[in-house]
Parts: sequence; C-alpha cells; structure tokens
Amino acid sequence: MAAVTEAPPLAPAPETKPPRRPRRRGRWTPYLLLLPGLLWLLVFFALPVIYQASTSVQTGSLEEGYRVTWHFATYWDALSEYWPQFVRSVLYAASATVLCLLLGYPLAYLIAFRAGRWRNLIMILVIAPFFTSFLIRTLAWKTILADGGPVVGVLDALHVLDVTSWLGWTAGDRVLATPLAVVCGLTYNFLPFMILPLYTSLERIDPRLHEAANDLYARPSTTFRKVTLPLSMPGVVSGTLLTFIPATGDYVNADLLGSTDTRMVGNVIQSQFLRILDYPTAAALSFILMAAILFMVTFYIRKSGTEDLV
Amino acid sequence: MTFVNWLKRHFVVVAGLLTLAYLLLPNVIVTVFSFNNPKGRFNYTWQEFSTEAWKDPCGVSGLCASLSLSLHIALWATLGATLLGTMIAFALVRYRFRARGAVNSLIFLPMAMPEVVMAASLLTLFLNMGAQLGFWTVLIAHIMFCLSFVVVAVKARVMSMDPRLEQAAQDLYAGPFQTFVRVTLPIAAPGIAAGALLAFALSFDDFIITNFNAGSTVTFPMFVWGSAQRGTPVQINVIGTAMFVVAVLLVLVSMIVGNRRRRQKAL
Repeated sequence: MAAVTEAPPLAPAPETKPPRRPRRRGRWTPYLLLLPGLLWLLVFFALPVIYQASTSVQTGSLEEGYRVTWHFATYWDALSEYWPQFVRSVLYAASATVLCLLLGYPLAYLIAFRAGRWRNLIMILVIAPFFTSFLIRTLAWKTILADGGPVVGVLDALHVLDVTSWLGWTAGDRVLATPLAVVCGLTYNFLPFMILPLYTSLERIDPRLHEAANDLYARPSTTFRKVTLPLSMPGVVSGTLLTFIPATGDYVNADLLGSTDTRMVGNVIQSQFLRILDYPTAAALSFILMAAILFMVTFYIRKSGTEDLV
Repeated sequence: MTFVNWLKRHFVVVAGLLTLAYLLLPNVIVTVFSFNNPKGRFNYTWQEFSTEAWKDPCGVSGLCASLSLSLHIALWATLGATLLGTMIAFALVRYRFRARGAVNSLIFLPMAMPEVVMAASLLTLFLNMGAQLGFWTVLIAHIMFCLSFVVVAVKARVMSMDPRLEQAAQDLYAGPFQTFVRVTLPIAAPGIAAGALLAFALSFDDFIITNFNAGSTVTFPMFVWGSAQRGTPVQINVIGTAMFVVAVLLVLVSMIVGNRRRRQKAL
C-alpha cells in the first residue's frame, strides 16, 4: 500500500480527495527536477547579463586587457553616437509590427472561421516557410525587389514609388537598399509569429456569439468591432510582442536588404562585437537595448491588461 | 457594383489569401532559382534553366559539412533542451515550491529578450572565461534559448492531463517509477514531441546567437550568411528547396496517418 501514500501532491487537487500530506522523500523532488535546467539558465543566461553589465563599464584595449573602472561615460557616448540607429530600430520594428497585424489578422480570421476543410492545409502553408532557412528566404527578397524587376516596375507605373520616395521610404526608382525593403523583410520574417497567436485566440471564440450578434441585428462590421476584436485581444497582444521584440534586435534584414543608411542597433552591436572589437561600447549598447525593450514590454503589458501571457 | 459587393462579402478571404501569397512567394523564388544557371557569383537574376546544381548538391566546398554540423548541433541541443525543459515543466505543474515567481520569470525572460542581447551577453561571458569559441559554445547557447520553448510546450500538455489516471495506476499497485513510465510519459509524449520539434527547428535555423558564439565554426545558416557576402551558389537554393519539400511531405503523411487512425478509432 506504500505506493498509494507516496503519491506526489497534485497541483490541481481534485475535490473528491482530501489534501494529502506531502511525502517526506518527495519534498526535494521539485528542486531536483528544476536544478539542472535552472542552473543552465542561471549560468548561461542570467550570469552573462551581469558580465555584460560589467564589461560595459570597463576601459582598456584589446592588447592590454580591460578592467572595471566604472566608466559610465561609455553609455553616454554610445547613446549620443548611435541614437539614430536606436530610433530607426524602434520605428522599423513598430512599422513591421503594424503591417504584420494588418496582414496577419485577415489570414488568421480566414483560417479560424472561413477555411472549412482547407483549414489544415492553410495552416501547414503558414508554417511551411519555416522549413527553409530564413536567411535563404530573406535573400529571395533581393530577387523579388530587384531594380527594374516586375515588383518595382508595377509600383513605379502606379506612381507608388513617387509617394514613398517623397516620404523617404524608398530612393528614386529603387526599393532594394531602402527602409521599405528592410520593413518588408522584417514583416515577412515575423508574420507567422503574429498569425499563430491570433489564430489561437480567434479559434477559441464561440461561433454562437457571432450568431447571437447577427440575431440582434448587428451588421458584420459591428459584430467584428464589438465581439470578435475584443475577444481576440490576447492574441493581438502576444502577437505584437512576438513580432516587435525580435524585430527590434534584428540585424539580418537591415544587412541583407538595406544599406548603410538603414543600419539598426543590432547591426551596430554586431559590428562592434565581431569586427571592431570595442567590447565596452557593444556591451553598453546591448544593455541599453535590453533595458529599453523590457521597459516598453512591461508598459505595454500593463496597459493592455493581459498579464497572464505565460 | 456587383464586384464591389462580392469583394465586400469575401474581403477576409481575398486579404487572407494575399497574405498567404506574400508568405509563400519567397519559397517559390527559392525553388525556381534552384534551377537557375547564374552568370557571375550571385544567384539573384534569372539566366537560364539548368539542373546542374541538383545533380551535385554538395558541389560547393564547405556546404554539406556545414549542413551536417548544423544537424549535429540541432540534435544534441534538442536532446539537452528537451530533457532539461521537460523536468522543469513537470516540477512547475506538479509541485509547490518556493520562489515559483522567480523561476517563472527566469524561464520567460529568454523568450522576451531580443536574440542579439542574449548573443552579445553570452559572448562577454565566454570572452571573460577565456573559452574557446566553437562547437561547444554554440551547443551551450542553443540549449539555453531552446529550453524555455520546451518548458512552455510541455507545460501546456501536462497541465491538461487528468491526474486521476496516475492515481488509478497507483491504486493498481504501480510504483512511482512504473507509473511515470507507463502512464505519465505516454500521455505527456505529444507535448514533449512538440517541444522537441520546436527546439530542433529553432536550433537548426538559428543565426544571430550562432553568429556571435561560433568563432570560426560554420553552421549552415553561417554558411548562407557568408555566401551572401561572397557569392551565393545555386546549391543553397537546392538544399533550401529539398528541406522544404521533405518537411511538407512529412507533415502531410503524418496528418493523413493521424486522420486514418482517428477514423478507425471512430469506427
């Protein structure tokens, strides 16, 4: 009978059973289960953040080595030199996030409510691009947006390029190596991260709510505004976070599809760390980016009132 | 007028399919250009049809070596992250313990952090420790960022498990170990498999963290990145297309098999 009394205490205790006294031997079980994984995260995720903070206030050179001198001026220098890249990162990432939402919502809605027996197929097609390396797919945009190519030709004929050039998004009759190309690449790369959470929250909506709204003489647009959209807000919030956060730190799109005028903060961190080898500046920039993202995300989650995302 | 009405009624379908086209267009380009015979070093403009690259996918030096290295790293990273992540997920769902909030945020933070920040900070750790950058540092990094995703996937499955099944097993005199292997593990398996697949995909395709911590080790994404600067061989498109086709076929087969099984069960 020992087996029965030794059952581990269950988190969602069913009402039918009286709460059990935790077994003595089991008291350490959760800690043993947590230990290796958490140790891994502590040593290779949390500790590096501390190391990075310490690196950012060091001075010295690659030859003589670096020492902590609490040189906070690095932060000031980094910010005053690279603030355009910071602003650009946030702008590009925000534009890409809005575009992802506008493009992704109809598709998520289509899969959730209108696809019928095509649902699984469309779902596979949304995930399928992941199966090819994202770098190869991003390089394909070089072909799509190539100078004098069909896409640029159509945009030019429709005088879209005149407007975007006037806004500073494109340059003359080029799309490649402009902000528009970078935002287009960011939107493309993070679109599935918007569609999947949107779909999850749309799929949970009871279709009878739509019928009820219809029975109460709500027009389709009213139903959408008053029923569907509010109920899909958790998906909107997690989708925008999953898009915005990686897009802000991305440097692949800006490097492959942009030019030196579209460098984002990720590009600066990458080149400072891997090419110029100015570790303190790179660490300071990375630390500022981390702090900015955490600040924005916390603010956004508080504002949107969905704190139980995880 | 009728067209406007039609568009109004089917707006969602039209817009959704356009988005789908936007998502799939690059894959079409990758496939088409795997049959290109480019002039010069870059494979960005169409020249003429050729199957040369398909006949010799490993024809570019270093390409297949990088592919096998990526597969190696992804396999080990999946194994490590799945093992550690599943243990954490079980602890989180099944036990009460101190500092649960801190544990949750330690798992959540790696997913809420731009990759470049994790990559850069991990590099400062390795530099400070004087670690040799290469296979091991990449593997450590991959296990680190895949771990959280496995925890989330497994946690969702374990949370929806009926605890009475395990109680039933124990009432039938199964020991804790037997209960775990014969009851708990099979029920949790889909969640663990989903987490493992996610980890594999994330690790195999990771570029940013690898770029920082690989030193001179060349994984497949690193090879593609390098070739984007030096000249893109057609073989890259061949491998991209082949991966796509194989993966889609696997998914379709598993779906058909799953459907048939469900139908048989229903009968």
